[in-house]
Amino acid sequence: MNFRLPLLAAALALACGASNAVTLRVANVGDVQSMDPHSLNETLQLSFTASIYEGLVTRAKDMALAPALATKWTQTSPTVWRFDLRKGVKFHDGTPFTADDVLFTFKRAAADGSDMKGYVAPIKDVRKVNDFTIDIETTMPFPILPDTLTTLGMMSEKWCVENKAERPVDRRKGIENTASFKANGTGPFRLKERQPGTRTVIVRNFNYWDKVESNVDEVVFTPIGNDATRVAALLSGEIDVMEPVPLQDIDRIKASGAFNVLQGPELRTIFLGMDQKRDELLSSSVKGKNPFKDKRVRQAFYQAIDIDAIKSRVMRNAAAPTALMVGPGVRGFMPDMNKRLPYDPEAAKKLLADAGYPNGFEVGMNCPNDRYVNDGPICQAVAANLARIGVKVNLQTETKVSYFPKILSRNTSFYLLGWTPSTVDSHDALLNLMATPTDKGQGQFNLGAYSNPKLDELTQKIQVETDDPKRNAMLREAFKLHQDDIGHIPLHQQALAWSSSKKVSLVQLPSNYMFFKWVVVK
Amino acid sequence: MRQSLRRFLDSDVWHSFRSSPTAMAAAVIAFICLFCALFANVVAPHNPFDLATLELGDSRLPPAWIEGGRSKYLLGTDDQGRDILSALMYGSRISLFVGLASVLLSMMIGVSLGLLSGFAGGHVDAFIMRVCDVMLSFPSILIALLIDGVGRALFPNAHDTLAFAVLIIAISLTGWVQYARTVRGSTMVERHKEYVQAARVIGVAPLRIMRRHVLPNVMGPVMVLATIQVALAIITEATLSFLGVGVPPTSPSLGTLIRVGNDFLFSGEWWITIFPGAVLVLITLSVNLLGDWLRDALNPRLR
Repeated sequence: MNFRLPLLAAALALACGASNAVTLRVANVGDVQSMDPHSLNETLQLSFTASIYEGLVTRAKDMALAPALATKWTQTSPTVWRFDLRKGVKFHDGTPFTADDVLFTFKRAAADGSDMKGYVAPIKDVRKVNDFTIDIETTMPFPILPDTLTTLGMMSEKWCVENKAERPVDRRKGIENTASFKANGTGPFRLKERQPGTRTVIVRNFNYWDKVESNVDEVVFTPIGNDATRVAALLSGEIDVMEPVPLQDIDRIKASGAFNVLQGPELRTIFLGMDQKRDELLSSSVKGKNPFKDKRVRQAFYQAIDIDAIKSRVMRNAAAPTALMVGPGVRGFMPDMNKRLPYDPEAAKKLLADAGYPNGFEVGMNCPNDRYVNDGPICQAVAANLARIGVKVNLQTETKVSYFPKILSRNTSFYLLGWTPSTVDSHDALLNLMATPTDKGQGQFNLGAYSNPKLDELTQKIQVETDDPKRNAMLREAFKLHQDDIGHIPLHQQALAWSSSKKVSLVQLPSNYMFFKWVVVK
Repeated sequence: MRQSLRRFLDSDVWHSFRSSPTAMAAAVIAFICLFCALFANVVAPHNPFDLATLELGDSRLPPAWIEGGRSKYLLGTDDQGRDILSALMYGSRISLFVGLASVLLSMMIGVSLGLLSGFAGGHVDAFIMRVCDVMLSFPSILIALLIDGVGRALFPNAHDTLAFAVLIIAISLTGWVQYARTVRGSTMVERHKEYVQAARVIGVAPLRIMRRHVLPNVMGPVMVLATIQVALAIITEATLSFLGVGVPPTSPSLGTLIRVGNDFLFSGEWWITIFPGAVLVLITLSVNLLGDWLRDALNPRLR
């Protein structure tokens, strides 16, 4: 009998210890696509991996820049920036973080398959000064360099080499490597378990260099695609946090009293893109020419869309219709230019007829159904709108797992996309969405290859301009060009909606990042 | 023609039908569903597949008898402003078409393979039955998803027509095993009966024996199986559409309507999912009851 008592005590202690551990169960509509921080430039992906991998610079709760792996940065010349790196930081596997890892990361982010090419494109050279100092030289003066570095997670050179993950996971070609399933960053959390599409578990990194507000020991992330199931999981206490909250259920969740709903404007702009490059569209009844090359067709599509009905009926007023590719809150947003062309199906019909399509035409449309708020229904509403002017839309809605590889390799004629400038600056949208695609990262998400050389030129100039009034004047000009060309059809800025049990306190950033280091569970 | 009708009206089957209220009720319901589906473009008050007529402003209206409902939309509207009643009729047209076509196809595959297997025996039998075993060991939805994926990869830009073809093939390729097993069993019994032996002795070709002599005698259980499989196929189509690999969202089948409506269960807009769900239950139940009755009516041991 004697030996049982200490055993029992040990078991009890173990049980108590386990129950004291704070677990946060988070559900999102879709899964994080990969654990590789350079594999996909998508908010959920970057937001989740940001808890594991840190950048040189990060953002504070008010979106201001804050030091992370760099303690200080200064401009030593218009094109050269000096970053002092934090000392004594260790990766999760115990390897110390040094300048070599930074150099390696920049090389990796520019390699084939990387989705972060756009962010490192302005960089000409990264030099090691000593183990804890680096110089970054840009091709041209680049005043918002620190902003662009907030999204670039630093990886360990040693770990990547040992795991044969020197090159990023390529989502477009479906090439995976160890970095997809394992992770080794410097962040406040480290990856414990990864089951793609099912469950991802991260646990606290107790060797973290900074104090962490959060008392969460473990975060269990689960994708739950079905809206009703996700709400049911929250209401029944199966999960603690969910995002996004289906618009139709916000009132129901608020009314139950046990849950908070956090709503706020999101920086994301939802828009439609059209293939303006191919001489014949991939899927259309029009053969031998590309109707989207004609501005009148693009304008007809624009004016055929009843954006107010989409706002009130599909989005339940949780959206702000927009005429610009960037929303309020993004630096360079021009409130006075935010005027949409009027909804006018008659004018649209006439435009189509003028362009030589009096009876309309058929076109395929691609749309995700689990990425943005009510994305599938938005596309259906757009298809219905276009039917009124005689355009038959063959709509294919699908999960983002198959959607993104398809449209990122430009296998689409007409698509829906949402964009949050991760630098919180209009230049990001110009460079990624509107500038002519090159293989250097410019226009990487301009999937319909809209092109206007004047806009490209302005984009370059805006990048180097430090004088605000001058910069704004150029932004204005660039936006005007894009609006006049109808390069894309902007739809709206969606509203953020998160919900959690009242025990959990969250910090919601307008960029829709959920940093677990700020989550406190009572 | 008249004679065969008379013969049918005098038969045991018709008598048992007349004396079974369940079977008659099921037949009436199945007929109404089939009629509404077939003549949806005449019967339905709106055409929910004609996108140009959809009024987004009328979306999510409750049924006419509830406050806020409009007589124009008897059973209310869904999130895109489709009239639920019309969508039900057009949707069940898709469901019934896919259901019937896939049952027909799987019946053809299953019966011919089963007949061949049972009649030939030996290696042929062993091979076909092992294929059946393999097919049985996969869940049917998984096979359907696989075929759908391959179909879409092969023809990425084909749309509605391909979606139907893929659905039908996917469902029938998972359904044929049942027929093959059933027919093989019956064929093995029939094969040793005197009339088959006699046909063989006088030198009738095996194919002809199978077709003219064995087939009519094994069709009883096949017909029964088919009625049950129609219901199963409709449910499988609903499941596939629920998973988003079925018909496009702009022409929803019953399954798609249920999936879309599912999202509105918590927000009180129950009609978007309840009505399509009820119709699916009605169709499935009535066809199943008919199948049950037919099995009993045709079973000599129960007479």
